[in-house]
Amino acid sequence: MFSRILTSAVLAGAAAGLIAALLQLVFVQPVLLHAELYESGELVHFGAESVVSAQQELGGINPVRDGLSIVFTMLIYTGYALVLVPLMALAQSRGAALTARRGLIWGIAGFVAVQFAPGFSLAPEVPGVAAADVGLRQVWWIATVLAAGGALWLIAFGQGLVAWAAAAVLLLAPHLVGAPEPAVFTGPVPTELGAHFAARAYGVGMAAWAILGALAAYLWARESAEIRASQPA
Amino acid sequence: MNAPATTVVTGSSSRSILAAGIFAAMVGAAIVFATGFVQADTLHDAAHDVRHATGFPCH
Repeated sequence: MFSRILTSAVLAGAAAGLIAALLQLVFVQPVLLHAELYESGELVHFGAESVVSAQQELGGINPVRDGLSIVFTMLIYTGYALVLVPLMALAQSRGAALTARRGLIWGIAGFVAVQFAPGFSLAPEVPGVAAADVGLRQVWWIATVLAAGGALWLIAFGQGLVAWAAAAVLLLAPHLVGAPEPAVFTGPVPTELGAHFAARAYGVGMAAWAILGALAAYLWARESAEIRASQPA
Repeated sequence: MNAPATTVVTGSSSRSILAAGIFAAMVGAAIVFATGFVQADTLHDAAHDVRHATGFPCH
């Protein structure tokens, strides 16, 4: 049984991860490389009086660096898929229908739980931003993802007002408590690049998660149909 | 929506799916943790761009 889950998850995760990595290389990486010119001090801007051109030579593809990024993006999305497919199987065993089209909604919910919910208070970080201690931010990030994931499950499969109220509490609580924040702002990167980076990170994340959800649902629906067919009636 | 009559997989296979599912989810969480969170220098440097682009706390 584990091998069937593994097959669906690895195929869906690797494919969605590859697409995510390519989208990131085209749309996110140039913004990141541009920001690193400010992080390293090679470029310096001074607010409205800046004379630094917004168009910079960014160096293009770096085979080792970008190759590692592709491998790690595929790994991360495979990790997501290994959590997503069992949740789909659980929902299915309780009566939920599973199709590629419904998988899109699963994927978008995954994006909300894993990227958008923590990002609401801990925005995607362009290199060079000031931030609180990384360990504290990681703890807050994990807690927020678990809370948001639980909330979305309650919204999708819970029954009655109590489930929805609990979901609202789970969605709001991490942000009312507040994410760890830096004591002072020291970021050298122009705000235009920071906003551009966050927007691109979200856009690529949502697209990749939607693909992940659709693929995982399609593949797992096929696997589970085979399991049913192999069972004695 | 959750009526037992629509349960598609029953009995022992349902339990084996549950056990396999929990194991798979743990493996998945471990992969995400290793790629997204571990601060060891080599791992951090290799996964640096991905951590930023995927919205993980990085530095």
